[in-house]
Amino acid sequence: MLRTTLLLLCLPLAGAGATEEPTQESGSLGEPPPGLALFRWQWHEVEAPYLVALWILVASLAKIASRVQAGLLDFLLFGSLISAVDPVAVLAVFEEVHVNETLFIIVFGESLLNDAVTVVLYKVCNSFVEMGSANVQATDYMKGVASLFVVSLGGAAVGLVFAFLLALTTRFTKRVRIIEPLLVFLLAYAAYLTAEMASLSAILAVTMCGLGCKKYVEANISHKSRTAVKYTMKTLASCAETVIFMLLGISAVDSSKWAWDSGLVLGTLFFILFFRALGVVLQTWVLNQFRLVPLDKIDQVVMSYGGLRGAVAFALVILLDRTKVPAKDYFVATTIVVVFFTVIVQGLTIKPLVKWLKVKRSEHHKPTLNQELHEHTFDHILAAVEDVVGHHGYHYWRDRWEQFDKKYLSQLLMRRSAYRIRDQIWDVYYRLNIRDAISFVDQGGHVLSSTGLTLPSMPSRNSMAETSVTNLLRESGSGACLDLQVIDTVRSGRDREDAVMHHLLCGGLYKPRRRYKASCGRHFISEDAQERQDKEVFQQNMKRRLESFKSTKHNICFTKNKPRTRKAGHKKKDGMANAEATLEKPRDLGFQDTAAVILTVESEEEEESDSSETEKEDDEGIIFVARATSEVLQEGKISGSFEVCPSPRIIPPSPTCAEKELPWKSGQGDLAVYVSSETTKIVPVDMQTGWNQSISSLESLASPPCTQAPTLTCLPPHPLGIEEPQVPLDLSADPRSSFAFPPSLAKAGRSRSESSADLPQQQELQPLMGHKDHTHLSPGTANSHWCIQFNRGGRL
Amino acid sequence: MGPRSSHIALIPDVDQIRNETGFSEASLLRLYGRFQTLDRNKKGFLSRTDLQQIGALAVNPLGDRIIDSFFLDGSQQVDFAGFARVLAHFRPVDEEEAATRDPKDPEPLNSRMNKLRCELIFLSPTPSPVAFQLYDLDRDGKISRNEMLQVLRLMVGVQVTDEQLESITDRTVQEADEDGDGAVSFLEFTKSLEKMNIEQKMSIRILK
Repeated sequence: MLRTTLLLLCLPLAGAGATEEPTQESGSLGEPPPGLALFRWQWHEVEAPYLVALWILVASLAKIASRVQAGLLDFLLFGSLISAVDPVAVLAVFEEVHVNETLFIIVFGESLLNDAVTVVLYKVCNSFVEMGSANVQATDYMKGVASLFVVSLGGAAVGLVFAFLLALTTRFTKRVRIIEPLLVFLLAYAAYLTAEMASLSAILAVTMCGLGCKKYVEANISHKSRTAVKYTMKTLASCAETVIFMLLGISAVDSSKWAWDSGLVLGTLFFILFFRALGVVLQTWVLNQFRLVPLDKIDQVVMSYGGLRGAVAFALVILLDRTKVPAKDYFVATTIVVVFFTVIVQGLTIKPLVKWLKVKRSEHHKPTLNQELHEHTFDHILAAVEDVVGHHGYHYWRDRWEQFDKKYLSQLLMRRSAYRIRDQIWDVYYRLNIRDAISFVDQGGHVLSSTGLTLPSMPSRNSMAETSVTNLLRESGSGACLDLQVIDTVRSGRDREDAVMHHLLCGGLYKPRRRYKASCGRHFISEDAQERQDKEVFQQNMKRRLESFKSTKHNICFTKNKPRTRKAGHKKKDGMANAEATLEKPRDLGFQDTAAVILTVESEEEEESDSSETEKEDDEGIIFVARATSEVLQEGKISGSFEVCPSPRIIPPSPTCAEKELPWKSGQGDLAVYVSSETTKIVPVDMQTGWNQSISSLESLASPPCTQAPTLTCLPPHPLGIEEPQVPLDLSADPRSSFAFPPSLAKAGRSRSESSADLPQQQELQPLMGHKDHTHLSPGTANSHWCIQFNRGGRL
Repeated sequence: MGPRSSHIALIPDVDQIRNETGFSEASLLRLYGRFQTLDRNKKGFLSRTDLQQIGALAVNPLGDRIIDSFFLDGSQQVDFAGFARVLAHFRPVDEEEAATRDPKDPEPLNSRMNKLRCELIFLSPTPSPVAFQLYDLDRDGKISRNEMLQVLRLMVGVQVTDEQLESITDRTVQEADEDGDGAVSFLEFTKSLEKMNIEQKMSIRILK
């Protein structure tokens, strides 16, 4: 009895000597720095449960019904395991609540770091119980206290060693990215096991491992590995939590494992709440003497209410040896009730409590560069001021640590490429850029075209295999600041492009042939569209055949002549046409007047069109037509003769509002012919007749029958089989001779059309001749228009 | 702090300083001791070289500007009153004091606005009596893009290339600039930092 009272007296002294608030770690200055401060405050962390254990003991002695046969040490043991705050439960609850970071780190930090204390206390008390209270001596208490430090610091050291290993190995995994998540998991688990093996605090080891290696590993491993690790950990964690609480529940139901004692249970419930609050108040008072921003009453309430017990307590109580601790079953029941109560009642009510007390919530604000920049500025300023004042304060040490880190650790542990571009301001900027780029692309923007980028070759922070458009944009330092605000102004340009392309495609894409034709009412419309399409396709096919045929017979030197003549042709053009042409942008021209033709001719030559080489060469034959257009221009307005022209025209779809603002679209009528670029090849003039014929034939199908008659009647002068000379005859007879292509070319063209392969085509096209004549009736403009329009039809 | 700091009465103008800065006696004593330690030749004031003797400032990217900030009005010396005045910006904000303060008094030196201004002072290369001169070299009351660029150049490591720096500058100015004039005025500056806990950040506990 005397011994127990002595023990009682000693314990308060031991407890009082270490009444620091264990939770005032890095939170002491209001922001969570990257894990550094834990080193400093750690030794404070671990003392709170002493107090609680003590008080529970006192209360239990006073109040427990005599059914429970337990001595002082037994209750000490029980106290040590029931007072520990559980990290799992705390995390689960506080993540929901979103309190401000200070509060969160205080409670969560406490739960993490008190593992060492719990373990030590538990072991010490257990061994005391085993030894029997009679055998415990003073030195054992000292050893107990010493073992506390050994366990916690040793655990932390083990964790750090593994953190160093992990960071070092991930530095070299550039070529084997797949093993990075494995490394992370295995080394962290190895830290845990090693600490367990040495009977040190395993939780502390794992915590320190994570804290120590985060910065370097995050820089070293690939983005995918990072994601893999993160989500795997989360999944594993939630599985483990579930299993633990399930075990708890099952044990609760299995009544052979516990024995109920109302006094113990109720007393414990009351006292854990009461004494925790008391402990928090006392320790906060002590700490506030040293804190810049004191912890106010509301914080203290949340801190005391947020101390949830969980599975650790349960596991420890189950491990008790019934022979040594006869009251084990009562303890088990009490523990189960306590755990349920804190998790369910306290966990559920903490959120409304937080709201009611108007606790400062964590502000999830978007990171801005400004803030990052100014935070850095402040840090520097404060460090400097501290130097001036001569006080080695928080900032001073932090600065020193960062310098040490930069000079030695980062070089050792971080990959070269990651280390090179390692700057916090840059990090924030980088992340913001990526975020903006993602949202930019999400909105449908086409990044590369709008900024006109080519691939730069600047070293990026990731390996080259991971360069993305965002990286390119960033590295090229282009004016494409993909800021969300900027995106708004760019929108109209992009919209325009989109609208243009959309209409191009809508108008230009051929619809598949309809097998099932609607009857009557809409027959005409559908027929028209269908026929137009047929016409065009037919033309294209014709042309392609002609081209391919021509190319086989082409003289190579022929091509050499072309550029010269082309240039000559261009030079001979009317200055006005030239001026107009050169002023326009290639793309716009498709919708312009005939000036379009000229420049698109040029642009086709110059730009990389998707035509084949042979076709390109054939384009040289465009020269003639081009000149024709210049003459046409001289002659004046063309639009008037459109209705006469049989050329295929697609009525452009009704302009969208975006289009309306497109300058080239606003004023124009139905000029444009939207045909895919493959039809841009213009048949040399000597093939024009064939072409015309083909057109006419198609037109005749579409147009009302009456128009066909005149064409047919006009036919007679042209025998079916068109002979060679007839072509040039036609040509010479036609006003088209005003085209005035060099006779050599005409001859060459003539020579080309010798084969019989052409004949059938021309025969097919024969019936169109008349129609062509029909158009010939109008002054040469019509033909040239036709040609022009045809060309232009092929333009875009 | 040193053997020379003995009595509060030895400090010249101590009452005026105390009223202006709000330091407690203990803090003033400590500061005075430090002042005397820095003042090697016992001149009674500090010159630039005295402050440059502090080794840690040499490795601080903003060290030079901070030294300059002590020398207001382009003078080459700072006496204790000036020393204390500048440091008063870093005194932690006391809640009760703020509540009982007479609204007619001028805003205390450690209020939020003044702390912000102080940061601005520190970041301008040339000393100026007026508060807002952040990166504001030409003292037009705005931080232009160039001025921001210069500060960023100081603060950002050498690995960041110039083009990257320019992009960062552009973005920084864009984020803060609300009226679209391409420069950040003082109001915009304060607004961009409203989320930051300036009072807490720009305070040094020891100066309570």
